[in-house]
Amino acid sequence: MSKASQFYFDTSPPVSDEVRKTTCYMCACRCGINVHMKDGQVAYIEGNRDHPVNKGVLCGKGSSGIMQHYAPSRLRAPLKRVGPRGSGEFEEISWDEALDIAAGWLEPLRKTDPSKLAFFTGRDQSQSFTSWFAQAYGTPNYAAHGGFCSVNMAAAGIYTMGGAFWEFGQPDWDRTKLFMLFGVAEDHDSNPIKIGLGKLKERGAKVIGVNPIRSGYNAIADEWVGITPGTDGLFILALVHELMAAGKVDLNYLCRYTNAGFIVNEDPNSPERGLFLRGKSGKPQVLARETGILMDYDCPAITPDLAGQFVEEGVTHRTVFQLMADRYLSPDYAPEAVEARTGVPATRIKSIAAELARVAFEEEIVIDQPWTDWKGERHDKMIGRPVSFHSMRGISAHSNGFQTCRALHVLQILLGSVEVPGGFRFKPPYPKPPEAHPRPHAGVTPGQPLDGPHLGYPLGPEHLLLDDEGRAKRIDKAFTWENPMSAHGLMHMVISNAHAGDPYKIDTLFMYMANMAWNSTMNTSEVMRMLTDKGEDGEYVIPRIIYSDAYSSEMVAYADLILPDTTYLERHDCISLLDRPICEADGAADAIRWPVVEPDRDVRGFQTVLLQLGAKLGLPGFVCDEGWPKYEDYADYIVNHERRPGVGPLAGFRGEDGTGDGRGDPNPAQIDRYIENGGFWVSHVPDEATFYKPWNKGYQEWAVARGLFDAEAPYVFNLYVEPMRKFQLAAEGHGAVQPPEHLRERVRRTMDPLPIWYEPFEDGNIDTDEFPIHALTQRPMHMYHSWGTQNAWLRQITGKNSLYLPTKLWDAHGFEEGDYAVVTSAHGSITVPVAHQAGLNENTVWTWNAIGKRKGAWALDEGASEAGEGFLLNHLIHELQPPKGDGLRWANSDPVTGQAAWFDLRVKIEKAVPKPAESQPAHPPIKSPVGKGPAKVARKI
Amino acid sequence: MHPAPSVIIFTTLSGLGFGLFAFLGLGLPDVSGWVAFVFFAMAYALSCTGLLASTFHLGNPRNAIYAFSQWRSSWLSREGIMAVATLLTFAPVAIGRVFLDMELALLGAIGSVFAVLTVFTTSMIYTQLKTIARWHMPLTPVLFLLYAGAGGALLAGQASLAGVLTLIVTGAQLLAWKQGDGRSTTGDLGAATGLGEIGQVRLLESAHTARNYILDEMAFQVGRKHVQKLRMIATLCVGALPALLLLALPAGHLTALIAVVLHVIGVAASRWLFFAQAEHVVASYYGR
Amino acid sequence: MTCLPSSTQKKLGLVIDLDTCVGCHGCVTACKGWNTQNYGVPLSDIDPYGADPQGTFLNRVFSYEVQPEGKSAQTVHFPKSCLHCEDAPCVTVCPTGASYKREEDGIVLVNEDRCIGCGLCAWSCAYGARELDRDAGVMKKCTLCVDRIYNENLPEEDRVPACVRTCPSGARHFGNLGDPNSDVSKLVADRGGFDLMPEQGTRPVNKYLPPRPKDEMDVPALKPVATEASGFLGWLDKALGRIPGKGDRLPTKETVQETVQESEKV
Ligand SMILES: Nc1nc2c(c(=O)[nH]1)N[C@H]1C(S)=C(S)[C@@H](COP(=O)(O)OP(=O)(O)OC[C@H]3O[C@@H](n4cnc5c(=O)[nH]c(N)nc54)[C@H](O)[C@@H]3O)O[C@H]1N2
Ligand SMILES: Nc1nc2c(c(=O)[nH]1)N[C@H]1C(S)=C(S)[C@@H](COP(=O)(O)OP(=O)(O)OC[C@H]3O[C@@H](n4cnc5c(=O)[nH]c(N)nc54)[C@H](O)[C@@H]3O)O[C@H]1N2
Ligand code: SF4
Ligand code: SF4
Ligand code: SF4
Ligand code: SF4
Ligand code: SF4
Ligand SMILES: [Mo]
Repeated sequence: MSKASQFYFDTSPPVSDEVRKTTCYMCACRCGINVHMKDGQVAYIEGNRDHPVNKGVLCGKGSSGIMQHYAPSRLRAPLKRVGPRGSGEFEEISWDEALDIAAGWLEPLRKTDPSKLAFFTGRDQSQSFTSWFAQAYGTPNYAAHGGFCSVNMAAAGIYTMGGAFWEFGQPDWDRTKLFMLFGVAEDHDSNPIKIGLGKLKERGAKVIGVNPIRSGYNAIADEWVGITPGTDGLFILALVHELMAAGKVDLNYLCRYTNAGFIVNEDPNSPERGLFLRGKSGKPQVLARETGILMDYDCPAITPDLAGQFVEEGVTHRTVFQLMADRYLSPDYAPEAVEARTGVPATRIKSIAAELARVAFEEEIVIDQPWTDWKGERHDKMIGRPVSFHSMRGISAHSNGFQTCRALHVLQILLGSVEVPGGFRFKPPYPKPPEAHPRPHAGVTPGQPLDGPHLGYPLGPEHLLLDDEGRAKRIDKAFTWENPMSAHGLMHMVISNAHAGDPYKIDTLFMYMANMAWNSTMNTSEVMRMLTDKGEDGEYVIPRIIYSDAYSSEMVAYADLILPDTTYLERHDCISLLDRPICEADGAADAIRWPVVEPDRDVRGFQTVLLQLGAKLGLPGFVCDEGWPKYEDYADYIVNHERRPGVGPLAGFRGEDGTGDGRGDPNPAQIDRYIENGGFWVSHVPDEATFYKPWNKGYQEWAVARGLFDAEAPYVFNLYVEPMRKFQLAAEGHGAVQPPEHLRERVRRTMDPLPIWYEPFEDGNIDTDEFPIHALTQRPMHMYHSWGTQNAWLRQITGKNSLYLPTKLWDAHGFEEGDYAVVTSAHGSITVPVAHQAGLNENTVWTWNAIGKRKGAWALDEGASEAGEGFLLNHLIHELQPPKGDGLRWANSDPVTGQAAWFDLRVKIEKAVPKPAESQPAHPPIKSPVGKGPAKVARKI
Repeated sequence: MHPAPSVIIFTTLSGLGFGLFAFLGLGLPDVSGWVAFVFFAMAYALSCTGLLASTFHLGNPRNAIYAFSQWRSSWLSREGIMAVATLLTFAPVAIGRVFLDMELALLGAIGSVFAVLTVFTTSMIYTQLKTIARWHMPLTPVLFLLYAGAGGALLAGQASLAGVLTLIVTGAQLLAWKQGDGRSTTGDLGAATGLGEIGQVRLLESAHTARNYILDEMAFQVGRKHVQKLRMIATLCVGALPALLLLALPAGHLTALIAVVLHVIGVAASRWLFFAQAEHVVASYYGR
Repeated sequence: MTCLPSSTQKKLGLVIDLDTCVGCHGCVTACKGWNTQNYGVPLSDIDPYGADPQGTFLNRVFSYEVQPEGKSAQTVHFPKSCLHCEDAPCVTVCPTGASYKREEDGIVLVNEDRCIGCGLCAWSCAYGARELDRDAGVMKKCTLCVDRIYNENLPEEDRVPACVRTCPSGARHFGNLGDPNSDVSKLVADRGGFDLMPEQGTRPVNKYLPPRPKDEMDVPALKPVATEASGFLGWLDKALGRIPGKGDRLPTKETVQETVQESEKV
């Protein structure tokens, strides 16, 4: 105890009156939080130790959630635009009026042409609900933000192995010994990755970071590969070259769990050339090594002969593995051949390949855990290859991103390191192969729901959404020949297509949680112009815009009607298995948010508003037979809605008595049970089902019992993606649906069923001598896109951004601290502050994403550094590539999925003399609908 | 360090004030009645204004009473005590001399010692700081004492002594600048972070882009040209010009006044430099 | 009392692993959150939404670049808070006795009811660990979460500093560095933990673990199994022959018929 000479104070003060457990939403990682309440107010937020995602820890954003909750930028009431678009002049209206206006706009459209509504949602976590609304309304024009985010990663993963990194799966952090990280600054799995890296560090396991920039996770990597942007595909295929040439691949794994042994039709005259030979059952064929005869691939107790060749009518048909050997053993993929382009020395590539092989095959780990495979064979052990990988937008946000992501998955599979101890593990409800996902739908009937779900995974040209004249059915031109496998839609094309009236004009643009007039758009200034552009009739080209935001973002100023949302601590939310779940490899999990405090403003949870709007419109599912609203609010929906009998938004505590795990009748007390349980639910995967999930009988049975899917569906990994070959065949002139002439060659080249590398489109479209420098953005770990700035703690950490230049450029231009540079791309020019970083690829510059702000937004002072010095790179990026020789402009997107190619950007720089007063372009201020923040905060509750 | 006006005024004026006290305590100049009143008033005014100014530097002066409690370890506490002790000691001396025509010589001498000690404790507040190499040297207290001596002599009308002392203090100041310039501690990030063994260390991103107390207070940067100019002014005003006036010209109230004014300007300039040029080791963490 | 205790019963402190810190600033805002609601006055923010925001933080994370000879530059994230020095000059300079070091655990604290906000303690600290709160005018510093680590209102596992509890990568460790057998002391011994600016003579209790050596991988290249394509196929054939386990379970006529046999091309 304190001696007399020391002071007495209470070292054991009461912490709070009560702890309420809910889910963080300072980003989409969705960690569990303990919200400490004092006098009914939010006082302190810490991590929930029991939560499967974060196990008690919180990141910089999560720990400062209290400042987002109390942010002065919170919208206060529904708003109706009174000034011109973009001015920020609004009047507050009642919810009745707001809903009347919205219904008044949407009702006639639905009766005449529902596709005149485009409903797109941004960083939302209720897509299964919002898409349900859009489907009931009947518009084909719905998607979330995945198309500009990371659909390459998601789609390449689904098509290759039934799941990607990110929310689909994670490294076996507890066992992996060598971990390779490609192109990740932060990712959605923010805290799990950090926890995982911490575990590796604790064990002294090796981390290799492949990234042009050495910051964040790459800063703690033991080895840093400062690759040239856009060349990871080459680097990975060079690793594949080395491993295959040395025979360092897991043949047993390839035989059992992949299509390596499938026989590919190599008859040059066949319209099915490149497709698998199929048996009477319709199933792909393998040559059984034991008998030498062709058999269905899933026939029990055979080993496909990867070395086998099937000769028929003078044509030799070979296996997928032999086609791979043909391609990847070629000297084109030798380390020496790629070192100049990738910027990675050949010796380094060889060294990494050798280390991967050494750890995978010499440090094999064995777990004494018997399991039974899909063919009924019993195994007494689980064999692990302790190398693992993780990757995100660094490889996916390029126009060659889909193929690069594929290449990485193929590398993982060749090493036999997917779904094995020490390797990569899926998180339920994944794995889920493309066949298990729906196909996209766009069948519109006025006054009726859409004919099926909007988004899905096409398996061939027959699944494209084209009308009889070959025109896009969707406003974003998803699922067309420009991007056949655009599984997440193309949010980044919506505004420009709607503005151009191509493929058609729309009437109402309805957006939710997406700052499309600022950082989430390409070519920001131009998008602001499109949103405010008027036709000859004096009307806005995009006639009506409805937007839901919780804060005074830049986008708010560009809408006609604002539906103000609550903060994350004030509403019900459901983080559902039907959507983007929070599962871990060892268990299925979902979670809720619930109002730990009631809003003190006239705001409503957006999902509740959507239910009210749906009911007003009389949408099927939203009203009961008598025409009354079916659900009182979102909480009611979460509990009582059923997608399939017994399967609803929340999987936990189902059934009258709350014992239903995954399946069961609605439980009226379900939300209370979640709250009692800390806001989440987990169902653990049984021990014998922890690995080999796609082929593990135990896992398949467990998953069916939990309603993750309805029937066991084992499958093999697609080293060779046959659906891609179908698109390629169409481009070669086969089949009923073929690409237009100008896209034929591109489809043929890019839809290769085996991973390839081609140079990023921008490199081919501009003069790379004039624009020699790659320009990138990275997410700061402590900022979430534009949201972070309204948080007074976080904006002190990063309240302005600089463009980081490598030593070579820094010295060549004679830059000094405090200087500005003019940065020019083929599309535009910005003038911005610069800084020096040595740990940076010598041809790359970069800045933090979304720090720059529009004057007047976010309840900040107009003199805020975010608006004066801060800047966006987005002004330099266009959604279209510069015109090609034929005058046509291709989308600045991946040709397979349509993913926005943010990181293909090429620029040149020069010193700005004289230094400008502020970063350029400087847009005029917008009027704040919420006023400005206080002069001081010292809030002790 | 941030050259806060409050600390510059404090050290400048209280140095002069206590310097004057030191002379007054020894009966220099030998005056009484209203003339003595003027001298004592000047000494009290200078030292009290200085001390008062220093309280503007305090974030929370309400607790000031506690500042006298830590004499066993804290030079700042000791300074407070000595300052008060000096002021109190001189009260009877002054009353005696001004009103009672009474000379409390012993008390006066004790007062003088206290005044010198006050200046010394003030100097030790700065000298003790290992974090500021430019201050952490034996010359610092010497300099403070010489400044107080020169200023005191000037104010006490000890013209020739003052002339000599201003020259000495100027010399000492030049020496202190020279020594200080050789002790610059900032910029060695390798040592500060302990990462120097791996290689050359530089700041990539400061912890926060926003300002903070440490930066404002301890990472003040002053331009070289500015320093040169101020050093010139200080050199001329502290010593050269006053000495010229005092030693070369016949004594007189006007020359004395001009000399005093010049000297005070010089001291203020040197004190501005004392703070502004003081590099705190912490600045190296900020890449400064 | 501003005289330092001649010894303390424990030396509680932090060990920060520079090889693991990813620079996420989680510890920064967790610290701000806890200490705003707990010990002393709240950590204020002046002009929080304005052009020139400035607030009090007890823990800040810097990023440095280190350039080794002939290798790529490395990035090191560097969290910094009070090191709870054994010879803490910030304590002895304090005129009011507001700054003191606790005898029981060595934690250095400020008693805000005594502090005059003179700033001298901050001047004396080489590490920039003390910030004067601009709103309240009193000195703030890391308390080592003294109101958590003994707090009986918290579950036992939560009786650690807020920054340690939140650190996602586990780069922060808390414990008694006075006990050579404690986990933190062992960690320091194993990983070569070091003091910041030992020449200041402050004898910090907190220790930093250095980054592990980087970019040192040098594994000899793999040997190809064959130099030509046919050789590769030969290797493949042989290698497949070595795959264990199926020979004994050749399909019988029945199993073959049960499924599908030889392909008639479709
Ligand atoms: N240069 C460059 N640009 C990029 C990227 C890049 O890497 N580089 N990345 C792109 C990617 S991947 C993405 S996903 C986008 C992200 O871009 P956005 O999805 O637009 O992200 P935010 O800026 O966070 O905007 C989301 C909006 O949601 C609002 N919001 C926050 N919380 C709530 C809430 O609870 N309810 C409601 N209704 N609204 C809320 C915020 O106020 C904000 O206006 O940015 C893209 N832009
Ligand atoms: N804190 C925080 N977390 C977030 C977000 C946020 O805004 N803040 N946003 C969320 C969202 S919407 C998304 S989509 C994810 C994205 O998560 P990340 O994929 O981590 O996104 P980015 O920050 O864009 O990082 C891209 C990384 O790829 C690198 N890179 C760029 N080009 C290449 C290349 O050609 N090759 C390689 N190898 N690397 C390259 C960049 O240097 C950068 O480090 O993060 C999510 N999590
Ligand atoms: S990662 Fe951070 S911001 Fe995102 S949910 Fe978790 S704690 Fe919240
Ligand atoms: S780090 Fe600074 S504030 Fe903390 S004990 Fe050491 S000297 Fe004092
Ligand atoms: S600021 Fe407060 S704690 Fe620091 S030295 Fe002054 S009185 Fe002591
Ligand atoms: S120990 Fe507590 S006060 Fe100190 S840095 Fe950590 S959270 Fe802040
Ligand atoms: S929370 Fe941990 S990883 Fe993040 S900055 Fe702090 S010490 Fe580093
Ligand atoms: Mo994203």
